[in-house]
Formats: sequence, C-alpha cells, structure tokens
Amino acid sequence: MNWFFQLQRDALLALVRVIVGASVLARQAPPAHTVIFSNHTSHLDTLVLLAALPHAQRNRTRPVAAADYWNAGTIRRYMARRILNVVMVDRSAGGAAALVPLEKALDEGWSLIVFPEGTRRQERLPGPFKTGLFHLTKTRPALALTPAYLENMYRVMPKGAPLPLPLLCRVRLGESMRNDSGEDKDAFLSRAHAAVCELADGKAAA
Amino acid sequence: MSEGFVAIGLLLLGILVVASAIGYALHLRSEGRSDTVNNLNARIRAWWGMAVVMFGAMLLGPTVTLVVFGFASAMALREFLTLAPTRQADYWPLFIAFFVAIPIQYVLLGMKWYGLFAVFIPVYIFGLISFASALSQDTESFFQRNAMILFAVMVCVYGVSHAPGILILDIRGFAGRNVELLFFFLFIVQLSDVLQYVFGKLFGKHKLSPKVSPSKTWEGLVGGGLSATLIGGALHVVTPFSFWVATAVALQIVVCGALGGLVLSAVKRSLGAKDWGSSIAGHGGFMDRLDSVTFSAPVFFHIVRYFWT
Repeated sequence: MNWFFQLQRDALLALVRVIVGASVLARQAPPAHTVIFSNHTSHLDTLVLLAALPHAQRNRTRPVAAADYWNAGTIRRYMARRILNVVMVDRSAGGAAALVPLEKALDEGWSLIVFPEGTRRQERLPGPFKTGLFHLTKTRPALALTPAYLENMYRVMPKGAPLPLPLLCRVRLGESMRNDSGEDKDAFLSRAHAAVCELADGKAAA
Repeated sequence: MSEGFVAIGLLLLGILVVASAIGYALHLRSEGRSDTVNNLNARIRAWWGMAVVMFGAMLLGPTVTLVVFGFASAMALREFLTLAPTRQADYWPLFIAFFVAIPIQYVLLGMKWYGLFAVFIPVYIFGLISFASALSQDTESFFQRNAMILFAVMVCVYGVSHAPGILILDIRGFAGRNVELLFFFLFIVQLSDVLQYVFGKLFGKHKLSPKVSPSKTWEGLVGGGLSATLIGGALHVVTPFSFWVATAVALQIVVCGALGGLVLSAVKRSLGAKDWGSSIAGHGGFMDRLDSVTFSAPVFFHIVRYFWT
C-alpha cells in the first residue's frame, strides 16, 4: 500500500477514534503474524479493530470482508481495495473455495481480521461461528489466533442506523490460541467462541 | 476585557504556580514513589490545561465559551451513556440526546432565547426521548432505560448548560461583565472541590458518606467548603453582589456542588465504575470534573436571574 492510501486510512481511523474511542485493553500485544477474530455488530467494526492496532501491525494486517457488501458502490469499493486493503470473500461460493484468498494472504505474510459469525448480530454476545476459522487453521497448526471483543458497538451503530453514536468502545484483545491439538471442528469452534465470550465478560483481559 | 477579569486571571495564574511549586517540592521529597503525590501532580498539570482552555474561551467571547461548554456536555454525556446499560433499541433516544438536545440547547443560549432554553429539555426533549423509546418496541427494562437516558440528559446537558447560561442574563449594573460572574461560579465550584480534597487529605478523620464516596470526610467538607465560601465572599468585586451576599451565594454553590457530587458518585457506583472515564489525566473523565457543576449551576442561574435582572 503506498503512502497516499496509508494517509487516507490513518485519517479515517483517526476520525473513528474521535467518535468511538477504540482504546485497547490487552494483557499483551497480539503476535506479529496472527488472525484476529472478533464479534461483529456494526459496519464500523473493521475500522475500530484496525484503529486499535499499533501502526506497524496495522500495515501488516488485512481485514477479511464480504465482496457483495464492499463491491457495492464506488466509495465502498475504493475504501475496500485502496484504503483498507480488504481480502474479499465471496459469501455465495461457500466451502473451501471461499477460503482461497485468505490462505493466499496468510502465506504472503499478512495478518487477518475475521468475523467468524459471518454476519452482524444485534446483541452483546456473538452468535455461533461459521466453520471457516476451523478450516483455515486446520492445516496451519502454528498459526496464532487472537480473540477480540468489541464493546458497545451493538449500541453505537445497530443495523439500519444512519450515524454512529459517540459512545466509547474498547477493544479487548485476549491471549492468542492455536488449532494444534487435533480437536474436531465443534470442539475447536466452541473454544474459539468461548474465548470471545470470556473477553465480553471481562475475564481474560483487564 | 475588564479590570476584574484581568485580576481573577492573575489570581488563577498565581494559584496554579503555587500549586505546581508545592507539587514539585512534594515530588522531590517523595522521589516520585508516592502514588498520592504522582496523582496530585497529574491533577495539577490537568488543571493548567483546563484553566487555559476555559480562560482562553472566555477571553475569546461568548460564542467560543458556548462551544467549549457544548463540547464538555457532549463528552460528559458520552461517558455517562457509555456506562449506563442501554440496549440497541435505544439508538433513537440516544441519537436525540446527542444530536438534538445538545446542539439546540446551546444554540438557544447563543440566541439568548431564555424562555425556550429553560423549558426545552424538561418539556420537549423529555417527550421526544420518551416517545422514541416507546416506539422502539423493546419493553425489556423499558422504564429503567428511559429514566437513565433522561437523567443523563438533565445532568450533562440541562445542568451544565446553565453555567454558561449566566452569559445571557441582563444583570442590573453589570452590563458587559457577565463573564466575570461565570468565572466566579466556576472558580468557587472547582475551588470547593479542590479544598475539600486538600482538607480531607490533611485533616480527614470522620467519613462523610462511607458507602457512596469513601474518600470524602466531614473535615474535608466543612474545612474546604467554608474556605471556598469565604473566598467567594472576598471575590465579590467580580460580582454584582456585596461581600455578605457573595458569601451566601458562594455557600449555595458549595452546598449544591458537594451534594451534586455525592449524587453522581452514587450513580457512578450503581453503574459499577470508579471513574467516569480516563480522558483527563489524574481526574478521571469530564463527568468527574463537572459533577458538582450540574446541580449547582441551575440554582445559581435562577438566583441571579430572580434577584438581579
């Protein structure tokens, strides 16, 4: 990404920080190469997570997002492709094919931000996770997965809200985990889900 | 700029210089290892910032002053409603609180429209927010949510806005000097807080309100409150009041301020927090500094309006 797009991104993220704070609550900084997975309640979530990352890490991190949303309209496409460097996923493709762009980005050394619920939810706690996170990491047992919880964003900008409310949102980052103990899909996904819920209840972070 | 305004500016400067010198001496003596002293110095540094912003705004005129107070209201409301457990169905009530109540309340002050300023929030915003709440179709703890939002708006917007409200009054024999009276009010409110803290730290023994605000003591309240009241009397030169009247008015500011501080401590504790926020180093949030303003400003405003206009 060139400096001109980086500048636009950092200006946008500075605006996000003015509106919702986006301060970080973490015992330790996330690993340099990692997949950050988080609950998802608003269109601002991607920006809030990016805003919460230190600058060097931000430059190595690409958000994963639905192609159908980010390709709709010139401004969104510009933001996704130029400013945020989004890894586009085709939600209709499903299965292994949908994960190919993610695997490619990981192999190129990028960190990723994913929302494993697959859609926005209107509540404090995340809904069930889709299986992508499991399939992505099954063949990468050493890959660090960092759970994240976005506070308050379900109140800041619920579905259909035209403007974000200026409530303060903290980003809680947990200890990273791995998919390296041969768990089956359900056991791994429920462990990942529980990690986000624990952050929501303020157990792991603070 | 009047002579009185310059004089109180110099007084404020003097107090801050002395406070910083004392803070520095304590820092040297404790070698930076005392949390109390470090917090004291963080507070003093933040006081420099707040004094420069407030005094600068008042120097630049009523419009800038209103903008600064509007911003402070918004920051306080944000801290309050971040802690208050509203739900996603409260989006439109909160939208009205942030984007309708605050701008209009301060624009009304800018227009010097006293009649609507006085009733806008208790009449119109009270209705609008309640209607929006009811229309959101979520009855889960409806009454608590609606009441929380209305209380937050009364405190952070209605209460706070009455401090700069002083600027729109036509005070007899005091034309063009309203800003001095605003300064008087803010100075006494904050000085009372500071002196209660200092007296409490030096002489505090008997807890005033162990459950609500464990650090407050009777010695702090009486010593700090009475000192601030007497200093208020001495500052009558920047008010339309005589010495004794200024003392009585300062006593009103001190009493309402202390009780208002207690009310908001109780609210804060019921929401499970120690500080309202972390945006002002050493102090907590905006609400931690505005708590004693919120209940005393409207009473002070109406005393001045009733007897001196």
